[in-house]
Amino acid sequence: MSEAPLLRASGLGKSYGRIEACRDVSFGLWPGEVLGVVGESGSGKTTLLRCLAGEIEPSSGTVEFRDLQDGFLDVHRMSEARRRFLMRTQWGIVHQNPRDGLRMTVSAGANVGERLMSAGARHYGRIRTEALEWLERVELDTARIDDLPELFSGGMQQRLQIARILVSKPRLVFLDEPTGGLDVSVQARILDLLRRLARDLGLAVVIVTHDLGVARLLTHRLMVMRQGRVVEEGLTDQVLDDPHDPYTQLLVSSVIGA
Amino acid sequence: MTALATQALPSRAHNFAYLDEQTKRMIRRALLKAVAVPGHQVPFASREMPLPYGWGTGGIQVTASILGADDVLKVIDQGADDTTNAVNIRRLFAKTADVATTTRTEEATVIQTRHRIPETPLREGQILVFQVPIPEPLRWLEPRETETLKLHALADYGLMQVDLYEDIAQYGRIAQSYDYPIEVHGRYVSSPSPIPKFDNPKLDRNPALLLFGAGREKRIYAIPPYTRVKSLDFDDHPFTVEKWDRPCDLCGATDSYLDEVVTDDKGGRLFCCSDTDYCEKRRAASAEKGMP
Repeated sequence: MSEAPLLRASGLGKSYGRIEACRDVSFGLWPGEVLGVVGESGSGKTTLLRCLAGEIEPSSGTVEFRDLQDGFLDVHRMSEARRRFLMRTQWGIVHQNPRDGLRMTVSAGANVGERLMSAGARHYGRIRTEALEWLERVELDTARIDDLPELFSGGMQQRLQIARILVSKPRLVFLDEPTGGLDVSVQARILDLLRRLARDLGLAVVIVTHDLGVARLLTHRLMVMRQGRVVEEGLTDQVLDDPHDPYTQLLVSSVIGA
Repeated sequence: MTALATQALPSRAHNFAYLDEQTKRMIRRALLKAVAVPGHQVPFASREMPLPYGWGTGGIQVTASILGADDVLKVIDQGADDTTNAVNIRRLFAKTADVATTTRTEEATVIQTRHRIPETPLREGQILVFQVPIPEPLRWLEPRETETLKLHALADYGLMQVDLYEDIAQYGRIAQSYDYPIEVHGRYVSSPSPIPKFDNPKLDRNPALLLFGAGREKRIYAIPPYTRVKSLDFDDHPFTVEKWDRPCDLCGATDSYLDEVVTDDKGGRLFCCSDTDYCEKRRAASAEKGMP
């Protein structure tokens, strides 16, 4: 672990009117680390993730990202141009619903190539070669590069989303229930893939899930959320094997063999 | 207005060039802004016109706002002076502005066009007014106006390139043949209106002022004279224009955009210039020289 975190959240909160979706969340995320955020549905996990990724502005607190050149930058106070640039080069979100993350009307290859073209790539052959490479790395059939994502299965769409983001070599990836709605064998393959990619590329990952099995398999550290607050936080094994907070105890005991 | 002033008005029931002066001022302000920021779409309060959206309401409003009493107007539709749309718009301004009209490109000071740029090179001082149905080149890829505004503001045009990529992936080449996206003055990506891409090179550093009006979408934009205009492409799939393997069947031109005309129900076909003025001029010249 290097000295400074890659991402730093302090006192983060987001309200929708009277409803506090999340409040007072603080943590650091180091390069190569996988942080899990677990909790029941409605506990503010996705809101937290979207605040972290710069998609929505928090009501209070700050999110800082450590840029290679300029050091810590406040994600929500930088210019929108800069934020958008970082969003498509330095980090990416894999959405629970692939339709939110993919362009459904253009082919798989164009989906993967989009970030390259946004960054100024103007050589079709090279864009295509790189797209093929990434399809292979996420174990998609390269012969389907010109097919629309519409024609892909749920698991394939999820893998396409991952390729689409990783092609720009980000340092940070946000995963929002990446295996939600997939059957168990497909889930296992995606988790395997994510674990391998995170390790090989030294990615920092924040993964939101309600599946403690996923958390156990993938994450190093775990944050348990309930009603918008972090109720417990620690190393994954520690939290799952020896939960302290009553809610975490309930959560762990409600899952068989997590 | 007092009764006296009403009496002093000329007998015609409308203002010069149909639109009222306040509207023309509003449109001229939009035009000035458009010229100052080449390729940038300027919103304007588009008026109801006496013809349906899609028939050139934007172009007509721009033309009405810039027309002076001594202007010479030419109107073309798909390159032709004698199609319904062109004839009627020309007649509208002949009637309401009493301006001289012509079919000859070199004589005109203002040319309103739908879908073509004349083959005869334009010169300084001429104004070409385009009728534009969809002024937003990113619209097919991004339906949200809030988002396309942002993409323009940040010059974030990766999306446009995705569209071209998709063309090559599906057809082996950039198949877009009209309304081919352009980058104006190294900044804004714009729609050249649905002209064939054959005409795109004519936009680059054109000596004439090019004005674009979209009536339904309420947008005006411009390409000032001698502005750099680049058609988007890939390094390994450069921009190219259509070519024909035959000359115009009427005038023999090899450098003009050809229309395919079905002449009978037995497979008869004719290829002729879409620019009728250019075709006629060439035929008249060869008739003078005594050639067929």
